[in-house]
Amino acid sequence: MKVLIMGCSRVGAHLASLLETDGHEVTVLDVDPSGFGKLSHTFRGNALLGDGTDEDSLRRAGIEQMDAFVALTEADNTNIMAAQIAKSVFNVAKVVCRVYDPTREELYRELGLDTVCPTALIAASVKKRL
Amino acid sequence: MYIVIVGAGNVGYHLAKAVLSKGHEVLLIDRDAATLERIEDELGSIGLNGDGCEANVLEEAGTARADLFVAVTDQDADNLVACQIAKHRFKVPRTVARMSDLKNEPLFKKLGVDVTVSSTILILQYIETQTSKPRLLTRLAVLRGSEREMVDVRIPPTAAVVGKKIRDISLPQNSLIILLIRQDERIQLPTSTTTLEAGDRVVVVGDRSSEEGLHQALTGS
Repeated sequence: MKVLIMGCSRVGAHLASLLETDGHEVTVLDVDPSGFGKLSHTFRGNALLGDGTDEDSLRRAGIEQMDAFVALTEADNTNIMAAQIAKSVFNVAKVVCRVYDPTREELYRELGLDTVCPTALIAASVKKRL
Repeated sequence: MYIVIVGAGNVGYHLAKAVLSKGHEVLLIDRDAATLERIEDELGSIGLNGDGCEANVLEEAGTARADLFVAVTDQDADNLVACQIAKHRFKVPRTVARMSDLKNEPLFKKLGVDVTVSSTILILQYIETQTSKPRLLTRLAVLRGSEREMVDVRIPPTAAVVGKKIRDISLPQNSLIILLIRQDERIQLPTSTTTLEAGDRVVVVGDRSSEEGLHQALTGS
């Protein structure tokens, strides 16, 4: 599977490693090259500079050939907009989007985005241990 | 009308001021408390400090009863999300988003933003009208509920139709010349035997899809 990850955060870099271990082809896209330092030294995929809310940048990153797109920047709205572009402009089959704000996450889930809310996940996980 | 504006930058400030003076009820939302305080010193308590993309902030703003929701921050993604939340969660009938990257226009429309506004597009359109040849065809109206339009076409002296009778001119299908305005401003109802002259203006009803063909047929040399 070909996967494009927007946002080379800790989560983005870690996900890239996991996917490569499983034999997938990974491209990482970020507006800031300093994040690329978080990638594992064994990373073989492409690390590209670019803005995932810009259709031209996404095209240059090869989004038209991607099987999956993951939006993992620190900004909810950037992730939401990029995920909607991947879905509705480029028809990427699998699109996952990180949204920190639980109410925003709920709304976009209702609107059909595949969302992950770290705030809710961590709160639930901590609660379970108490 | 109750208008909620997100983003108290230059655009948001001037917009709030202008709609207030027209007697509308306005609420201006911004994350920066100091900016809002400065504006409230001048315009009164119209501000709400918070993130205009958060549902609870929009709830507090009474967005559900807003007639119009306008997002004018300098971030396209923030404006998109604010409008989507206003539209889907609070059922605001009309949402307007400011947009810097003009490529986003079709996307915003597709994702439910009713109106997009972009100074980039306005200036670009101005540049195009200044640099392109003056168009001889002006659209007067799009006929409601149909694919027809009414246009005004100036017949240049070089046009092949000059000196021809209307029955001898071949126009795209479904096009009809309904009015003729001579160079001296006399208005005539054209008949099949009327002869077109240089400088005439004709009003034509036709299919929107054949506008280019009509332009070519009446102005081409």
